[in-house]
Parts: sequence; C-alpha cells; structure tokens
Amino acid sequence: MSQFTLQINGQSRTVDADAEMPLLWVLRDLLEFTGTKYGCGIGMCGACTVHLNGQAVRSCLTSISSAAGQTVLNIEGLGQNGLHAVQQAWIAEQVPQCGYCQSGQIMSAAALLAGTLHPTDAQIDDAMAGNICRCATYFRIRKAIHRAAQEVKA
Amino acid sequence: MRVSRRGFLGTSAALAGGAFVVGFTLRAQAQDTSAQTGAGASPFDAWIHIKPDSSAELVLERSEMGQGVYTSLPMLLAEEADLDWERVTVVQSEFSVGTGGSGSIRRNYLPLRRAGAQVRVAMVAAAARAWKVPESECSTSKSEVLHTASGRKLAYGELVSQASSMPLPEVKTVKLKEPAQFTLIGRETAHLDIPDKCTGTTRFGLDVRVPGMVFAVIARCPTFGGTPAKFDAAKALAVPGVMQVFEIPARAHRVFTAGGVVVVAKSTWAAMQGRKALEVTWSHGPNHGESTNSLRSQMKEALSQPPAWTSDPGGDNLDKLPAAKRIEAVYEFPFLAHATMEPMNIAIHLREGKCEVWSPSQSAEAMRKNVATELALPEGSVTVHTTFMGGGFGRRYQYDFPTEAAQIARHVSSPVQLVWSREDDMTHDFYRPAGMHRMKGVLDGQGNVAAWSDHLADTAIGAFWSAPGTYKLDGSELPPPIPYAVPHIRTGFTLITSAVPRAWWRSVENSFNGFAVECFMDELAHAAGQDPYRFRRRMLQLPPSPLPKSTGDDGPPSDPKRLVAVLDLVAEKAGWNRPLGPNRGRGIACTTTYAYLAEVAEVTVERDNIRVDRLVLAVDCGQVVNPNGARSQLEGGMLFSLGAALNEATTIRDGAVEQQNFNDYSVLRIPEAPAVETYFVDSHDDPHGLGEAAVWLTGPAIANAIFAATGKRLRRMPLRMDESTA
Repeated sequence: MSQFTLQINGQSRTVDADAEMPLLWVLRDLLEFTGTKYGCGIGMCGACTVHLNGQAVRSCLTSISSAAGQTVLNIEGLGQNGLHAVQQAWIAEQVPQCGYCQSGQIMSAAALLAGTLHPTDAQIDDAMAGNICRCATYFRIRKAIHRAAQEVKA
Repeated sequence: MRVSRRGFLGTSAALAGGAFVVGFTLRAQAQDTSAQTGAGASPFDAWIHIKPDSSAELVLERSEMGQGVYTSLPMLLAEEADLDWERVTVVQSEFSVGTGGSGSIRRNYLPLRRAGAQVRVAMVAAAARAWKVPESECSTSKSEVLHTASGRKLAYGELVSQASSMPLPEVKTVKLKEPAQFTLIGRETAHLDIPDKCTGTTRFGLDVRVPGMVFAVIARCPTFGGTPAKFDAAKALAVPGVMQVFEIPARAHRVFTAGGVVVVAKSTWAAMQGRKALEVTWSHGPNHGESTNSLRSQMKEALSQPPAWTSDPGGDNLDKLPAAKRIEAVYEFPFLAHATMEPMNIAIHLREGKCEVWSPSQSAEAMRKNVATELALPEGSVTVHTTFMGGGFGRRYQYDFPTEAAQIARHVSSPVQLVWSREDDMTHDFYRPAGMHRMKGVLDGQGNVAAWSDHLADTAIGAFWSAPGTYKLDGSELPPPIPYAVPHIRTGFTLITSAVPRAWWRSVENSFNGFAVECFMDELAHAAGQDPYRFRRRMLQLPPSPLPKSTGDDGPPSDPKRLVAVLDLVAEKAGWNRPLGPNRGRGIACTTTYAYLAEVAEVTVERDNIRVDRLVLAVDCGQVVNPNGARSQLEGGMLFSLGAALNEATTIRDGAVEQQNFNDYSVLRIPEAPAVETYFVDSHDDPHGLGEAAVWLTGPAIANAIFAATGKRLRRMPLRMDESTA
C-alpha cells in the first residue's frame, strides 16, 4: 500500500492504495464517486470512461500509480459548474434508458467534442465505438452529439 | 407510511402526514404470481399523496430499468387526477412488485387511471361542499377545482382535510376521461429519471454504499453443475484487503445457484484480486460433455424424427396434400446472454435476526421471499430496497444472486455487497434457449399457402424450471398462431436436453420464433413468385381466419385490418417500391404479438459484410401514453434485436460457456447502429406494452433484406454470409 495524490474534479485527493489498483475502483470504493461505472474490467465497454489530463481513458485499465499527480475529471465533475453541453443535449434528446452506461458515453462524447468541434457521423462512430449501450440508445446518442456540437459553436 | 387498511377493494383514502392519500394496489396485475404478500403487510403498493401545498407525490412499486415506467405510470395518474404535472414528484417505492412481460402500461392503464379519477372526484366533492354548489358545476385543471359560474377556485392542497373526511368515491364506478379530454396522455413527456442519469447521481445497485460495507466475489465452477473439489485459501488471504474466504453450497431447483468459494475484501478490486489468487480444483460433475456441437446433433436428430408433441396428432398428413409447390427449411438460433451493462449485484446486512437488502431487481417481492427462505427468517424480517437497474431484459427476475447474498451474509457480520464480475455474468446467466425450427410449406395453384408446418426442437425454458420429471410437453414454446389465413396448420415440438440454465430474455421465445415464422413466410412469397409485402397483405385478407390474441393480452381478438394497416404504413414510409442500388435490399416482416407491428429493414451486402442501413417500424399499439418513451422502447428494441441477429451467440464447450466478456461476446456498437424510424397509428384503444414488441421483427426483416440484396437465404443466427448448416 502506498499513498497517491490526484486532482479529481479540481480537488486534491489522497488515497492509500495498492499501486496496481485501477482508478475505477479508487473512485468507486475509496472515494465513493459511484457515477463512474464498472462494466467489463477489460476496457471493452467504456462504462468507466473518465478524462485523464483531458483525454478519455478507461479507468478500469488505468492504475492509480499511473494516474497519480495528474488531473482526473469524472461524470460528477463534468457538470459541477453548470451542465456541460453534452449533458444538456443528452437531456434534450432524451437519450438514456437504463442509464448505466451513460456516464461513460457522456465522458467519451465530451472528449470527442473537445478535440473535434463538428464531428461527422463517421467521426462520432469512431470515437464512440468503445462505449457499449445495451439498451441500444445509439440513434439518440448520435443526435445528441450533433446537438451538443451546435451548442458548443453557439 | 401507514395507510388505513379499510376497504380491501383495491383502494383506500386516508389523511396521513398531513396529506390526502389514496392507496391502491398494482399487485393484482403483477406478473409474478409465485410471490405472496406477507401477513400483516399493507395491501397497497402505490399511493397518491396530495400535499397541503398542492404538490403531489406518487409512490409506485414498479422497477425502472430504462423502460420509462417512472414517467409513464405517473402520467396515467396525473391525467385522471388533473394534477399539475410540473408539481408532481415520483418516488419509486423501495419495494417493487414483479415488473416484466411488457405489462406495466398494459395491465395498469385502467387501474391507475381509476385511482387518479378517484382523487379528482374527491377533490370536486370537497370543493362543492365548501362552496355549497352541485358537483356538476365544478371542473378541474392543474391541481385546482374551478366553479366556472362564480369564478371561484380552490387548490387541491386547500381541500386536503375536507377530502380526507369524506368517503372515497367508488373505484368501480368512477368516471374516466374521454380521450378527447386528455391533456397529458399522448403528449411527448420528458422522462423524469433522465437528468440524474446524465450527472452520475442515479443510484444503481452497484452504487449502494452502506457504512462499514465490505465486498464479496464468488469463484464458481465454470461447468454447469460443477462444484469445488478442494480449494486453498492461503494465497487469496495474502492479497492485501482480503478478509475472509469460505465455501457456499449450490442451491438447486428454482434457485439455481452454482455455489463456490467466496472471497470477502475491503474493496471490490481486492476481492477480485483475491479470487484470482485463489487455488480451486473443480469437480466438473455430470455435464462436462455438453457442447454446442452435441446440442446441435441432438437438434438435427430430433428434426429428422416426428415431433414428440404435435398440435394435430390425428389430422391431415400435410405431405400428402395436393400442392403446386412445396418448400422446406431449417432455421437455427443460439443461446444468448442478457449481458445487462450493470452486472448482477446485491448488498445485504444480516444482524439480530433482521435482514436488509439493497438490489436492482425486477421483483423485490420474490427477492424478499428467497432471502427469507435461505436465512430461515420470516418474510417480515427482510427489508428490500429496490434500486435503479442497469438493464433488466428478464435477467433481474432471477433468485440466484439474492440467494448467494443470503448465504454470504451468514458468514459476514458487516454489510456486504456481492459483485458479479462481467465474466461471472457472461458465464452464469440464464440464457435464451437454443434450437432449430423445421418449417414446411405448401403452395396451392393460386399461389396461396395451403399448409404450414413448424417443428421446433429447443432447450425449452419450461423444462429447466419444472421439477425433475414433471415437465409436460404442451407446445407452449411454439410461436403464437400465425396471423395468415392458412387452412392446414400443424406444429410440433421436441425437447432438447441441456444443463445450460435458461430463462426469459427480452421477448422470451418471440425473438427466435419470430425469426423462423417471418423468414419462412418470405420464402413462401418468393416461391410463389410474389412480392413479400403484397403476399403477406393478401394472406392476411383471405377469408376468414380469426387472428390470435397478443401475448398475455386481455383485450379483444386481433383485427386483421389493423395489421394490414401497419403493413401499408411501413411500406409507404419505407418507400417499398423505390429501387435501391446494387448490393442493397429491403426486407419486411409483421406480427400481432405484443401489438400490431410491421418493420422494413434496408441492408447493403458488400464482400460478405452485412450492413443494416435503415430500420422502419410501424406500430398500432392502441393509445400511446408517452410518445417519447414509446419510441425510445421501440428504437432500443429494434437495435437490441439487430445486435442479436448479427453478432450474438453464447456457445458451450465442456459443459461451460465459452464467451467471457465483451471481447468475445459481441454486442451492438454504435458504428453498426442504423437510423431507425418509428411511426404510430393513431388510436385510443387500450394500450399494448412496448418493452419487448420491437424484438420480434428486426431479425427476419434483416434476413429477408439480405435475400433481396443477394439472393442468398440465411437461416442461422447470428447471420453470416458464409453460413454453414453443417
């Protein structure tokens, strides 16, 4: 066990953890940020997506030692100063059904729009292919990303 | 909340906590008849609270798994009660009754409206008394009673105490609104649970955190029916954070747990690491020889023989009927996993003879009963808190994870959360059955279907759930009677024996039966040299063959005209006659199961790669309560079954599931998700449920489109252009 400090949603947090412990479980079990979800544990479903230094990463494959000292933004932080355009678009397009995967979907979409202001359908499909939605809300996800892109422009 | 138990007729009013409360029951409509109400429990499982500030709180014992009942059921209450929707809050009661079978809207449409109407009538009566005017001069709107003649208004909140002191209007005779008076039913309404689901604040089962909680995982034998022969806990206990390692036995019939070795730790990850370090030697038991290959051999053998059960043992020999043309085909479908995004989980705390449980469940009632049974506690000593569910699809009706949790609770003094890994979820599910249909059809000289025969050989759900030796063949696994006017129909069934657990997977048998029925209908159309849309249309209009009722429906028999109408609508919206480019094709399918549905798929097939470009669905489901939610269910249902038809298969080797995670169990991802369009027929008939409706038709519509594009008929799911039936 060692001590690790990270910046999470703008705040400095220190945890005692095994160096190999994935950021996902640090967030969920040690810091009680349960908005970030466990779906597969092998980086295949995207439910655990967070931003590490602004990049979308799978927190289930990101060890706490590799994240230490860096900046983490998760779903609880994304809208902490007012809902992010992606969250607003998700509500406007009524995307979620069960909602379990949507934290990860929203974090992936927010990272996409941060790098690509007006993604095409193909760019959306590429960027979001790693995020599974078993309720299959994909049609509305695509619409919501286009809507959020309009908002970001405005 | 205690509510007066007077009037066991289904509803009761009371003044409770300063609010006017109407309690009523959804239980009579609950699907799970195995669950029983504990003695002394409140007879109510739903309440309307009208508060003195005129806000309204609706408490409903239904589970929300993404199907939208958290919004649509309150809409029914608020409509008839004339509540101000902006001031309605919904509380999902912590104890849910069985939620499944596409029944929440269908079964509760009238009971909820009647309960709402009682509130409105009670408020009118109270206001009329206060004003000393006839009730007939009063009207209601947005949680207010109005006396038009004098311009007076009273808010519902001001009438709380008066209404509570008067007898509640009789539920059986209370007058409901005419559809023309609806202001909420039929209106696009935002789902009340969506904002929290966009900020990570919704509490799913895995998000339950109880002070002092520890975490448990279970190492289960991969082989169905296998058990630990021996295990060495030393290396597991050496993992930092691991606290306890112990064995739990398997539980047999109707609970179906695998048993195994439990690792308890201070974090989920430590428990998972502990399980990795655990050394277990498995005793694989009697099912080690089972495989997908052995099951397929069994199916082929079964289909080469007469069926074990037949609908028409003494009737015509269809093979001897005069025919212009005969065709025959075998369709095949694999086991499928539910693969809910949130794996199974449950938190439990047993102390001093009382047990508290937190879990996502499609039936808290059944969960309480199973936990109580396992712990030998009275049901009243078990409290169940239902959380939001990260997907259900039928999986969360099961009793396995609650029973495991109860077994673990005996060993662990603190609250403990049992977490299934994705691998556990993939390999110890209750799978959709696997099987084959042998279809035979006879065309007469006019190109009509003169005879239809369907021999299904599958690993029936009923056989898995029947006590050993008690399963009776009765054809209940077969498709509902086909809607087409065919004079000679014979169906047969043969059971395929398997140790693989089977249960309800969204739409139960319909996802695979619908595939065989609507693909074979397409084959008959082409054999008759007719357009598949017009062929169906004609076969629906031939005289007279009463249509079967929808699954579980209490309504009147189906009306062929309504099915023809949705066929026409989908053909029009899809542009059925518009030519498509090279390598492209359109397929159509229709059904009266769940609702009147017709779907068109457009596909492109290039270099053996199947791409679905567009899905168009037309539906007549009676009154649409919330178009937003209804479309959401249909869009999701179409794509859910698209993924199943193109990608999904659970295969068996050495008596165990081969697929472990989303790397080898391939579900639909966004690049494969086409544009989807949904069109409703305007109707004020009583509604049908839509949770499973769209899971019928996508598979056959796609396979039929592939035939149109390529001339190749695919009959085995998941669909592959290089399909082999060997």
